[in-house]
Amino acid sequence: MSGYNFAYLDESTKRMIRRAILKAVAIPGHQVPFGSREMPLPYGWGTGGIQVTAAILGPADVLKVIDQGSDDTTNAVSIRAFFRRTAGIATTESTAEASIIQTRHRIPERALREDQILVYQVPIPEPLGRLEPRIAETRRMHAMADYGLMHVKLYEDIARHGHIATSYSYPVMVNGRYLMSPSPIPAFDNPKMDRMPALQLFGAGREKRIYAVPPYTSVKSLDFDDHPFRPIRAPHACELCGSRDTYLDEVLTDDVGGRIFVCSDTDFCAERQAMKEAAE
Amino acid sequence: MNAPLLTARDLTLRFGRIAALDGVDLEIHPGEVVAIVGESGSGKTTLLRVLSGLMRPDGGEVSYLGQDVLGMSEAARRRLMRTEWGFVHQNPRDGLRMAVSAGGNIGERLMATGARHYGNIREQASHWLTRVEIDPARMDEVPAKFSGGMQQRLQIARTLVTLPKLVFMDEPTGGLDVSVQARLLDLIRALVADLGLAVLIVTHDIAAARLLAHRMLVMRHGVVVESGLTDRVLDDPQHPYTQLLVSSVLAA
Repeated sequence: MSGYNFAYLDESTKRMIRRAILKAVAIPGHQVPFGSREMPLPYGWGTGGIQVTAAILGPADVLKVIDQGSDDTTNAVSIRAFFRRTAGIATTESTAEASIIQTRHRIPERALREDQILVYQVPIPEPLGRLEPRIAETRRMHAMADYGLMHVKLYEDIARHGHIATSYSYPVMVNGRYLMSPSPIPAFDNPKMDRMPALQLFGAGREKRIYAVPPYTSVKSLDFDDHPFRPIRAPHACELCGSRDTYLDEVLTDDVGGRIFVCSDTDFCAERQAMKEAAE
Repeated sequence: MNAPLLTARDLTLRFGRIAALDGVDLEIHPGEVVAIVGESGSGKTTLLRVLSGLMRPDGGEVSYLGQDVLGMSEAARRRLMRTEWGFVHQNPRDGLRMAVSAGGNIGERLMATGARHYGNIREQASHWLTRVEIDPARMDEVPAKFSGGMQQRLQIARTLVTLPKLVFMDEPTGGLDVSVQARLLDLIRALVADLGLAVLIVTHDIAAARLLAHRMLVMRHGVVVESGLTDRVLDDPQHPYTQLLVSSVLAA
């Protein structure tokens, strides 16, 4: 597309973002400030993720974008189209074929590889923000690894609900040092982050923060000895592919209470359906 | 006599033209309760903030068990603050997390120092609620639902749960009515004796000081004008300002 630099952002902006990414990779889980740019989509639609993707994209990359696990929702379709037009790169809906996967609120069910990068769109990077409103104070808490407050939140969950009721954006410790918000992925996906072979990058556009988890880094969900972390999923099988170990969406089918559970990861579900059909 | 817990030498601090602290020396030994009395603006609270490392003086030194408090890193000071030290604020809202349940408030210091067993934290919280005379059945209520006196007692429980060696108290009975004050003072006195705490208490209430403190410092315009055993200072005041202060206490 003429009139635009490759992948929309100009080269010096990309360099600035890459420097932030390098720093973030060097200090796993630490939030690095960066000069977030205005993007041609509103805050909350993935401005952070899209800038990280633009900064790391090369002409040979194959991009997959998912929104809540789905390849065919507005956000995913628009961001794929955006990079097809501004970078002329190939896009895909297949997790296995992608070299970069930009995601909102899910980690693909298929295990990722060393040659892949997962880019998360992050609305609220600060895990302590709800508990301590002063940003200067939360930064000090990160600097001193003073994280007792996060356990107070989990304590309150158990005291009120009898179990840890945080089901998404479940706080994790990265490399035994930094407390990190995994972005609003379901707690079900948290274990996938631990020692993942792929590089994980997190971009928050409005909050102007980038953070990262390098390949094979330990990521542990916070919990109590007598209330261990449990990944939660709906206790059903996928209506379409029959999977019993994937994260499910509940879909209403009519206005008289009809509902089905289907895989939230559309690519994984479609693959399994195809395999089932081939077997029959 | 054993070595002092906290020692301050020649503390000075000026706010513009006003001397908030002017050559203040102080020592507090393990298990000792020291009261700092004086009128509003005499530098009592400033002294407490400087001693606890919340504020830097212009000159002088503070040492805690041989460690230089003013020179230590913020990380080390915060560690002291959540383990061996405690701070009880005048307004319980400053010391409590109002949106967190009573149990969570008490558990915070435990969790900050590495407690990771929910059941044990609950047990400790319940034990401490009982000690400060709050019904453990109210453990899951937020402090906003408690009366002022209960909030203050909860703040004390939350501070003492890690069994600190030294507790700073800034007007702990301020803003409470007289009968509640009396109960709170009684409670503080019992806990201090039980746990062998050293307490540095700032108050303008001479009667509270007499009830709690072993020793007493009288401050005026940033200067310690008189110090000594509480009964000696109150029964035989030497400095004219102390005489004025003692004679202006209303007898009921």
